[in-house]
Amino acid sequence: MENWRRQPWVFATFIGPGTLWLLLFFLLPLGWIWLFAVGEREGPVDIVVTWTLENYREALQPVYLQLFLKTFLIALVSTAICLVVAFPVALAICFAPERYKNVLLLLVILPFWTNMLIRTYAMIAMLRQNGFVNDGIGLLWTGLKYLLTPIGMDGLMGERFAPLPLLYNNTAVVLGIVYVYLPFMVLPLYANLEKLDRSLIEASLDLGASQVRTFFEIIVRLARPGIVSGIILVFIPALGTFLISDLLGGPDSQLIGNVVERQFRAANNLPLGAALSFLLLYLTFLALALRAWFAARAEKADA
Amino acid sequence: MSNGVPIVRFENIEKSFGSFKAVDGVTLDVPNNSFFALLGPSGCGKTTLLRMLAGFEHPTSGRVLIDGEDMAGIPPNKRPVNMVFQSYAVFPHMTVRENVGYGLRVSGVPRGEIGPRVEDALRMVRLEAFADRKPDKLSGGQRQRVALARALVKKPKLLLLDEPLSALDKKLREDMQLELVRLQQEVGISFVIVTHDQDEALSMADLIAVMNRGKVLQVAPPWDLYEEPNCRFVADFIGEMNLFEGRMLSADGGQARLDLKGIGLVDVPWDYPATSDVALAVRPEKMRLYREEPELGWVRLPGKVAQVAYFGDNSQVFVETSQAGRVVVLRHNQSRSRDEPYRTGTDCWVAFEPTDGIVLSD
Ligand SMILES: Nc1ncnc2c1ncn2[C@@H]1O[C@H](COP(=O)(O)OP(=O)(O)OP(=O)(O)O)[C@@H](O)[C@H]1O
Ligand SMILES: [Mg+2]
Repeated sequence: MENWRRQPWVFATFIGPGTLWLLLFFLLPLGWIWLFAVGEREGPVDIVVTWTLENYREALQPVYLQLFLKTFLIALVSTAICLVVAFPVALAICFAPERYKNVLLLLVILPFWTNMLIRTYAMIAMLRQNGFVNDGIGLLWTGLKYLLTPIGMDGLMGERFAPLPLLYNNTAVVLGIVYVYLPFMVLPLYANLEKLDRSLIEASLDLGASQVRTFFEIIVRLARPGIVSGIILVFIPALGTFLISDLLGGPDSQLIGNVVERQFRAANNLPLGAALSFLLLYLTFLALALRAWFAARAEKADA
Repeated sequence: MSNGVPIVRFENIEKSFGSFKAVDGVTLDVPNNSFFALLGPSGCGKTTLLRMLAGFEHPTSGRVLIDGEDMAGIPPNKRPVNMVFQSYAVFPHMTVRENVGYGLRVSGVPRGEIGPRVEDALRMVRLEAFADRKPDKLSGGQRQRVALARALVKKPKLLLLDEPLSALDKKLREDMQLELVRLQQEVGISFVIVTHDQDEALSMADLIAVMNRGKVLQVAPPWDLYEEPNCRFVADFIGEMNLFEGRMLSADGGQARLDLKGIGLVDVPWDYPATSDVALAVRPEKMRLYREEPELGWVRLPGKVAQVAYFGDNSQVFVETSQAGRVVVLRHNQSRSRDEPYRTGTDCWVAFEPTDGIVLSD
């Protein structure tokens, strides 16, 4: 850093392109949308910035607040499931023999290389009425019934297998989010656990702690930075989801992302869409600020 | 704890990693209440042996007994031993006090009992003043004391230490050596320490096992190990040694006659049957330097000083002899005189008494 300060041109050359890119393609458009939120529609395409707060007022209507709450809950549940599923996966990869590690990591990342739309449609193929999951369960059901018939207990199982309603509801949306964002949870956890000194685990066992105790008091506790990164990486995109809820969700599975999308496209109400987006962004900032505040407080308690 | 039972017994232990034998047929007893050192060069299997006591490795064959009890199938958290890790493995997210209390807390010691025991342990390793610090604000030596207190507070039957001092600087290392010996006497349990530092083993341990390539070569108290090594490897590994190769011509009546290359016939004490190829091993400090040929009945070798290594309290003088090659002689620097009489290139004589030599046949 000291050297860079002494050679400002080197510094500028390094960070110039990135800064320019962010400015042109991120900050400027974002500022544009931010202005929409305080503007009014004038004709089908023109928007005049009048510094009105009407859009925000509308965005804070109970309908939308309810949607925010629902989106928040679905994102929360999805993130929690991601964490519970990803932790053992990350841990298993860490403890796998060296030569398999890269293959296992590749398997985690592999879905990334497929188009998101295709992945979501693949979920539909899995979950729909005659999808693989229902067919699989149906097969098991038939088999079990066949086995129970000779002992006359097939009556317990009903006449026919009724396919489970797996698609077009909130469960499907949560499953979809978990499926799509799982790698974002696995990778930071893996990076964190990989750094963990094995002898700490051994020390805990040596001192008389059970495996379970060691898992919670040492491994999970020391993986905290990875857990926080994973939560942020999954929770925030999950808040803005619209494709997954659109394709996998039912009529009552609309998330705030879907409403924003509709305002921007079908309803052509850009100001309201912008206001809703920015409310979501403010919420996200608030969450991040709270996290930073908690982290700082924990640090202070340590010192 | 009955008195006759050794605290540790290894029975014919073998441990293979794939096709590599890290421990190759070790049978060994660690007596009760002793300071026991496992000494050997890097990769000889010391850590592996220690980890089998802690329960982190399992023998491929053979039995490990602790206080008479077979340890097969007993997990690390159920064994009556505690370990001080080479990296210390102090939990970074806990304060010193929490670290020391952890082992008591997780094994269900009543809350009221934990506090006083932790304070006792902290006092024992002189860390009371640092009880509320996090490990990242401690020095290496202090972290090591945390690891010690954390293990000792559990009152194990046996404390295992894997190269506990290797990360410390020389001065601190010497202080901690004394400290460990004091602690062992104070708590009255056996310590098994792994080290590749022979000085450390000699100065601390009651009993030392020298290992090489997965095998235990000799188990003996420090004096015996130094003055009566049983093979060339031990003789060479512990301290410095001059080896004169030769043959044994005859042996009877507690005496043997050797024919050493370049030296000739020598008579030495020898209580065993005659063997053929032997070496006479002589420690550098048992050798003397003379300017002129001394009038002694000792072995005398003329030579020229090839190199002098100065250590302050003493110097190692390397003498190139015409008859027996290069030998090393230890000289105590007893006067402050700057006029070192044996500089490089000086002609001199090296002499030693044959009875100060050790006859090695392996
Ligand atoms: N988990 C393992 N897998 C394969 N080989 C191993 C394993 N652990 C140890 N070894 C091998 O076994 C041998 C003995 O290892 P060990 O750690 O016991 O040596 P050491 O005597 O403690 O050496 P050092 O003084 O360097 O610590 C070494 O050659 C090592 O490479
Ligand atoms: Mg080792």
